[in-house]
Amino acid sequence: MIRAEIRKRSRTVVDAVIVLIVLVLMIQMWLLTATLESYLAGHAGAALPGVVISAVLAGVAVSLYRFLRRLG
Amino acid sequence: MPEESAVKKRLWTEEFSVQAAEDKYVLRRQFAKFLVLTSFGMLAGNLWIWARSLMGRNKSALPTQEIAKASEIPVGGVKLFNYPGPNDNCILVRPAADRYVAYSQKCTHLSCAVYYSHQDGKLACPCHQGFFSVEDGRVLQGPPPRPLPQVALARKGEQLLATGWVEES
Repeated sequence: MIRAEIRKRSRTVVDAVIVLIVLVLMIQMWLLTATLESYLAGHAGAALPGVVISAVLAGVAVSLYRFLRRLG
Repeated sequence: MPEESAVKKRLWTEEFSVQAAEDKYVLRRQFAKFLVLTSFGMLAGNLWIWARSLMGRNKSALPTQEIAKASEIPVGGVKLFNYPGPNDNCILVRPAADRYVAYSQKCTHLSCAVYYSHQDGKLACPCHQGFFSVEDGRVLQGPPPRPLPQVALARKGEQLLATGWVEES
């Protein structure tokens, strides 16, 4: 009974982590399209900040995934 | 008999050792892994744009190219030419007697060829009704997201020369 309850709770945490990773991914998608649009418009200055922010977000996604693995 | 069924049950559980709940749990983790890999794909896209921007910076200066004689284009007339490469279509327009302008002919929406309408004084894209100002190439109407890239022109006597792209302000 207790084990089932723990499993249910941990599944809720897993779902929450997946939602957070999806949010991070959505921000990255927006960032990529905005950077590409800016680059095609001739403004190459947005490319480097785009890489830095995308790398930070990828790092957040990896951290969330590692947390998920530890949970398992 | 009961012993035999117990053995069968054990064999069955050995074959299908994964519990349904655990299976669901693993799938979620696999999904999360896929999301993280996609996240790295987005980072790779940004890195590609950055690399392209660095390569563009190191590119040698664009060539100077003779594109037309000033007198060969009537007022309100146009001449098509290729610049800087043979596949880069451009359009030279003479909107007034003493004024010449040139733009890339590719619409910034979906790359249809734009044409000059002297009556309207606009460059028009027939595909999706996009209109650009002939003065500076800015978008006047329609779906194009960016102005037309403008070719920098120079005049050497009668000859009109393309010397590069006009930087956007």
